[in-house]
Amino acid sequence: MNFFNAHVSETHIRLRDRLWLYIFSIIVLFLLIVPSLVVIPMSFSDSQYLEFPPRNWSLRWYENYFSSGKVGMGFNDWLGATWTSVKVAVLTIFVATPLGTMAAYGLINSSSKLRSVLFPVMISPMIIPVILVAIGLFYFYVKFRMVDSLLGLVLGHSLVAMPLVLIIVLAGLKNYDMNQEKVARSLGASRLRAFFEITLPQIKFSIVSACLISFLTSFDEVIISLFVAGGDNSTITRAMFLALRDQIDPTIAAISTILIIISSGLLLLVQLFGTKKE
Amino acid sequence: MGFECQIVLLWKNLMTLSSEHINEASLRRLNRQERYKLFGLTLPYLVLVTALIIIPIGWLFYMSFIGRDGTLSLENYTRMIDSKAYMRIFITTFKISILTTLICAMLGYPLTYFMSQLPKKWAGLCMIGVLIPFWTSLLVRTYAWLVLLQKKGIVNTILVDLELISAPIKFVHNTSGTLIGMAHIMLPFLILPLYANMRTIDKDCIRAAASLGATPSRAFWTVFFPLSIPGLLAGLLIVFVLCLGFYVTPAILGGGRVIMVAMKISSNIELYFSWGAASALGVVLLLFTLLILFLASKLVSMDQISGRN
Repeated sequence: MNFFNAHVSETHIRLRDRLWLYIFSIIVLFLLIVPSLVVIPMSFSDSQYLEFPPRNWSLRWYENYFSSGKVGMGFNDWLGATWTSVKVAVLTIFVATPLGTMAAYGLINSSSKLRSVLFPVMISPMIIPVILVAIGLFYFYVKFRMVDSLLGLVLGHSLVAMPLVLIIVLAGLKNYDMNQEKVARSLGASRLRAFFEITLPQIKFSIVSACLISFLTSFDEVIISLFVAGGDNSTITRAMFLALRDQIDPTIAAISTILIIISSGLLLLVQLFGTKKE
Repeated sequence: MGFECQIVLLWKNLMTLSSEHINEASLRRLNRQERYKLFGLTLPYLVLVTALIIIPIGWLFYMSFIGRDGTLSLENYTRMIDSKAYMRIFITTFKISILTTLICAMLGYPLTYFMSQLPKKWAGLCMIGVLIPFWTSLLVRTYAWLVLLQKKGIVNTILVDLELISAPIKFVHNTSGTLIGMAHIMLPFLILPLYANMRTIDKDCIRAAASLGATPSRAFWTVFFPLSIPGLLAGLLIVFVLCLGFYVTPAILGGGRVIMVAMKISSNIELYFSWGAASALGVVLLLFTLLILFLASKLVSMDQISGRN
């Protein structure tokens, strides 16, 4: 048993002596990953009840999802809700990423005193409990007749996504030497041109990550959508939440499977861009 | 190099103003103009945050002091103290948050320690395991637990088959289901800062302790653990603060039996249109959150958390 007697750390502890740590860690990792995946086999079950393993396989819940009519309960059909979610998430990229990037650029070039005042204000959407942001927005939208509107949803989701964009782009800019831009400008480029031709290509991986994360943040957002979305502009997360509160509809397993594929696909993209950067 | 470029740049700008002399005053003015322009870039962001967060929350703060008859009063707050129902909600919220945080620490610390000891390549693989649930929709994960923990769900089936229990246990629509679901969702928030911190711990310190005769466990407890406290504290606080305002998972897995502050705020508005009561609860929730974060910033500096000393 040479393997178990091997020294595994600086303290010359033997593998055998902390085998428990390895087993424990693998169990925790298993508990982190596997539970969400259970929805995948469930979505192919024929039964209305959620038995595991499913006795008969079928695609009926996917058919139900793709051919869904009105589901009642104050939101549009599943497909319509998915379409709204995609629209809102794409629009959120176009609001959150430019605003977050501009703010990061302004912040990194400003004095440290100003930065220490502005930064906490800027990440406040992350600090304040989302439920408060949601009811605050609800109040604001009632006043300006923006409840149930696409614009309201996009602005709400952008608020939550912007701090993430800010942090990602700030991290990107910290590894970038601003003097390069000064060189470009001293050679006659305008500030805008210097930014687009010199700075942007060098922080593009941060910006791509920021775009993907804006999309995912908006796509997964529940609480703001719950308050400010409705009618034809209900998002998929809102529809799922309302359905989950009342019954366990296996259609949700099918939707969950689709959502898992989308988010792990995007995560893979972020990881690929991230490793390329290094 | 940067300084020279700046001089050239300023000189170029000044040439366009041809009539002016290069003197200190105009240099300073140009510098100031430049800074205003850069500050302007942050304005759209700031305007959005001010209009959609700061002002509405200020208004909620104001509403919390308006009584039912529309005059200034403290009734929303006194009711919160007098009413047993409200007290119970606060106690539930704190109980669930503290328990979730403890579960996360117990599961997360050993796993993170294990990851920090692995070669970078393997640790990266484990990190993907932590990030997958992090980016999987909250609702999907909550739904998965609902499926797993049901009376006829997989967990109960396995436990009955193994004859560990005679009859299925009720896991969902109560506190235990809520705790399981929340711990699963919060665990990555503990692991990420803790891992960043543990990676920065100098392994030579442990080697030194070992060479001076410390046993592995003594080297861990007297050297490694104290050095990992800033990361652990950061993770615990993030988890705790997020738990305090949590809504989705307790609403679904608690099945109406576990009522936390965020759910009460929501039902006050959706069912009773009672903005005053909801606002007062919101203000208290916000104050607790800010207080905890303020204490946290006193205890650990942000640099320590991110590992950039």
